[in-house]
Amino acid sequence: MTTETAREVRQVSSRGLGAYRGYRPPPGMISWALHRVTGLGVLLFLLLHIVDIFLVNYGPETFNELLFLYRHPVFRIGEIVLVAGLYYHAANGVRIILIDFWPQAYRYERQLFYGVIAVFLLAFVPTAILMIRAILV
Amino acid sequence: MLVTVRVQRFNPETDSKPYYQEYTVEVEPTDRVLDALNYIKWYHDGTLTFRRSCAHGVCGSDAMRINGRNRLACKVLIKDLGPKITVEPLLGFRIIRDLVVDMEPFFAQYRAVMPYLINDEPPPVRERLQSPEERELYDDTTKCILCACCTSACPIFWTTEWLGPAAIVNAHRFLFDSRDRATEERLAILNQKFGVWRCRTIFNCTEACPRGIQVTNAIEQVKRRILFEQS
Ligand code: SF4
Ligand code: SF4
Ligand code: FES
Repeated sequence: MTTETAREVRQVSSRGLGAYRGYRPPPGMISWALHRVTGLGVLLFLLLHIVDIFLVNYGPETFNELLFLYRHPVFRIGEIVLVAGLYYHAANGVRIILIDFWPQAYRYERQLFYGVIAVFLLAFVPTAILMIRAILV
Repeated sequence: MLVTVRVQRFNPETDSKPYYQEYTVEVEPTDRVLDALNYIKWYHDGTLTFRRSCAHGVCGSDAMRINGRNRLACKVLIKDLGPKITVEPLLGFRIIRDLVVDMEPFFAQYRAVMPYLINDEPPPVRERLQSPEERELYDDTTKCILCACCTSACPIFWTTEWLGPAAIVNAHRFLFDSRDRATEERLAILNQKFGVWRCRTIFNCTEACPRGIQVTNAIEQVKRRILFEQS
């Protein structure tokens, strides 16, 4: 229409990553967010690992120099974080498989998530103690 | 009971981005959020814009975020929220004004699954018989009122164009109906890249559905049907 003044009408939508801030997350959303973050973290480590193994090609000296890096305290604390990520990702992965293939699983979705947290703690706390001890000695 | 209602407002002709406005209103604890919004609109600020029609949880027009979760304003009691209430439009849609969002993409997703009975066989002399057990298979998904609480609660929907839970619920309603004959076509639609496989079983949809539909369960049933019948 020509009579319409050329007023600018702004488009605002709440799409994209910003939307995450707008929703009060139910447990299922937290479980999924953790799954993504730990998944990406483990992937990142895997890439790093491929790079360091690849460096073997440049002779044992280069490789051994790099191993020194892995003994650095920061890296060893990073290893504990990595183990935490792996444990969570594995436990929650089993939960997702259950939801996909056990037709009644949807009834226990929340309980399964709390189960994942329990399994995670049971596995991680002893491992973390062992790893911290190994750093201290 | 005195409550403070914090409403996200936006007028595309005058505002560059949404902002919040607070209203203090006197309500009964047994009033619903919709009553508070009506009160604001009728006695405080006639410019406040929102959709509602039936006011009894059957038309699906007043879905919005109430204290950060998708709910129907006509089904949430003030006493369950306390004296501070935040009301915002649904996520993932273009805001037309204040709490009114553009639902067209949502209905396009709905139409994409052919949400109607398809059966070209000649009609029998009497009705097409269905046993109570057969009827039970899709009973849950007949309850949908297309309010979009589920789809706009889905984190995948916020970042990706995909069918979304509501469309799958309505596909499920016909997929599991023994009288329908379009199973293959519908499964083919749902089996596409932006069909059921985008669902990451986050359960936000189930948590949000005001009709209590087990949305994620319906989606998982469709996934298993594709997996076991189509491969
Ligand atoms: S269960 Fe699937 S459809 Fe429902 S919110 Fe989660 S990802 Fe979205
Ligand atoms: S499944 Fe529930 S939340 Fe989704 S549109 Fe239907 S009634 Fe609304
Ligand atoms: S006004 Fe109809 S569902 Fe709330």
